[in-house]
Amino acid sequence: MDQPQPFHRNPADMLPERAPPITATGPIGWLRANLFSNWVNTLLTLVALYILWLAIPSFIDWAFLSADITGEDRFACTSDGACWAWLDQRIGQFLYGFYPSDQTWRINVAVVLLIPALAPWLIDNVPGQRWLRWFSVVYPILATWLLVGGWFGILEEVTTDNLGGFALNLTVGLAGIVLSLPVGIILALGRQSRLPLIRWFSIGFIEAVRGVPLITLLFVSNIILPIFLPPDVALDSVIRVIVMVTAFASAYMAEVIRGGLQAIPKGQYEAASAMGLGYWQSMRLIILPQALKISIPGIVNTFIGLFKDTTLVIVIGLFDILGIANAMVSNPDWLGLSSETYVFVALFFFVVCFSMSRYSMRLERKLDTDRR
Amino acid sequence: MSATEDLEQIQERSDEPTIEIEGLNKWYGSFHVLRDINLTVTQGERIVICGPSGSGKSTLIRCINRLEEHQEGRIVVDGTRLTNDLKQIDAVRREVGMVFQSFNLFPHLTVLDNCTLAPIWVRKTPKAEAEATAMEYLERVKIPEQALKFPGQLSGGQQQRVAIARSLCMKPKIMLFDEPTSALDPEMIKEVLDVMVDLAETGMTMLVVTHEMGFASQVADRVIFMDEGQIVEQNTPDEFFNNPQSERTKLFLSQILSH
Repeated sequence: MDQPQPFHRNPADMLPERAPPITATGPIGWLRANLFSNWVNTLLTLVALYILWLAIPSFIDWAFLSADITGEDRFACTSDGACWAWLDQRIGQFLYGFYPSDQTWRINVAVVLLIPALAPWLIDNVPGQRWLRWFSVVYPILATWLLVGGWFGILEEVTTDNLGGFALNLTVGLAGIVLSLPVGIILALGRQSRLPLIRWFSIGFIEAVRGVPLITLLFVSNIILPIFLPPDVALDSVIRVIVMVTAFASAYMAEVIRGGLQAIPKGQYEAASAMGLGYWQSMRLIILPQALKISIPGIVNTFIGLFKDTTLVIVIGLFDILGIANAMVSNPDWLGLSSETYVFVALFFFVVCFSMSRYSMRLERKLDTDRR
Repeated sequence: MSATEDLEQIQERSDEPTIEIEGLNKWYGSFHVLRDINLTVTQGERIVICGPSGSGKSTLIRCINRLEEHQEGRIVVDGTRLTNDLKQIDAVRREVGMVFQSFNLFPHLTVLDNCTLAPIWVRKTPKAEAEATAMEYLERVKIPEQALKFPGQLSGGQQQRVAIARSLCMKPKIMLFDEPTSALDPEMIKEVLDVMVDLAETGMTMLVVTHEMGFASQVADRVIFMDEGQIVEQNTPDEFFNNPQSERTKLFLSQILSH
């Protein structure tokens, strides 16, 4: 058989490589490409700049420059700007609810310990990753003990109805996030199962939970559930909220992940089977890593939604940060400070939700192995 | 070499049947896709299956590792009969490698991880050993330098060679190829066929669904022509190409060899 000779380019025949023009790179290139690429974009850029010029200075003036910072009640605030005098008095409630003030260090410790518990899952190459993962498995028990106390008599018992403020949002939100992802994965796989019983159960659960507002579920957990449970079984109200929020989010999660599963080409399942991988192995090693990667925007969307929905606990009489804010706005001492309080509350949610969103974008870029 | 000598040679080398298919029938819904297939493949035999699209050739080889379920007939692969028993199916799949038209590499894993995944999880090979084997096979398909890249960074031909190496890492007894070059640019077909010729020379049992008739005449012991779910004709490549028996085969050959 004739072997064709390999083709070699002669470098002398080729055009030399050149650097791109200066207007296509650097800050000028960026401005041209992103803000002034055509007349519509240029117009929009100018309008946006004008609005920012109107809004930002006046907000800064209101929030900082002409704001009142100290005082005992609202009458201490005399200027046109914001009144932050209540912060000093009320910040404890906003953060910890009615948790005994000499015990709030326990919540702080739990929050600080969250860092080593989350780090091995969120960041690559953390030193001692394996040990930290074990720590994160233990963390929920540790955190529960810190918050509620009572066991072994070392920590004074604090009942969960004292838990409130942002600590309650964080507790319910984190527990919901950590639980709803695995439950959602199981439901998504169940919905695709070949076994009718598992499939029907998954579909039934997803559709029933998704078809009902979360508020309804919370009422059900508060009012109807105790009717069915024996009278001496009093399920803690925070646990009930966590269960309901998890159930609610995992139904959405399941549908988001199902979308990801359906985007995986059939060939991936076939290649995995053809190599002799069993069902759970192919799911764990081949299908889910790809499906979850595709679903990251939807999953984080659900997480963010879940976190903001934690404010709904107010309907069953728990006081989260928004509940505390509402209570304060109607308090005669601080009546009418709704802008300040709600801006303050919004800031907390924004920081958490925006971090989740940024982290997910970073994660997507990191996992984008297809188009590198 | 004459056709009869070829046949004798096959019989000498291969007394043990490694795949036995008897009275195989398969339907997709009410569509009768495989009709009464009887096929015995002996160890080390290289078989090329060709035929027009929709003739059931891919379905036939996909029945051999149970990617497709059959409704009637008996399939025995390497002494294991294929039934609904998942253990038997997994046992067969461990011994049968498959290369797909669309490569089906795992895009989230590096080339090396693609190759070591099944040995580590299915064969329970220690990681270091699996990696050494993988590098050996990547060397054989001539892309060891791509081991740490992701499939998306490779050309089609390179991806298909990785897919072949990945299958070989399981040390299979039988290799199935489902149109391995159909999705490739003409430039890259040769590099994949070269690897397959090389593999054929090692004595691997191969069933290849392909339209590459050059490959068929170069390495096949037997060419099988299928149409409408049936085996219409089978013969040595020489006889098949030079002296086709049925009208349908003649028509098919005239169509694919004319361009």
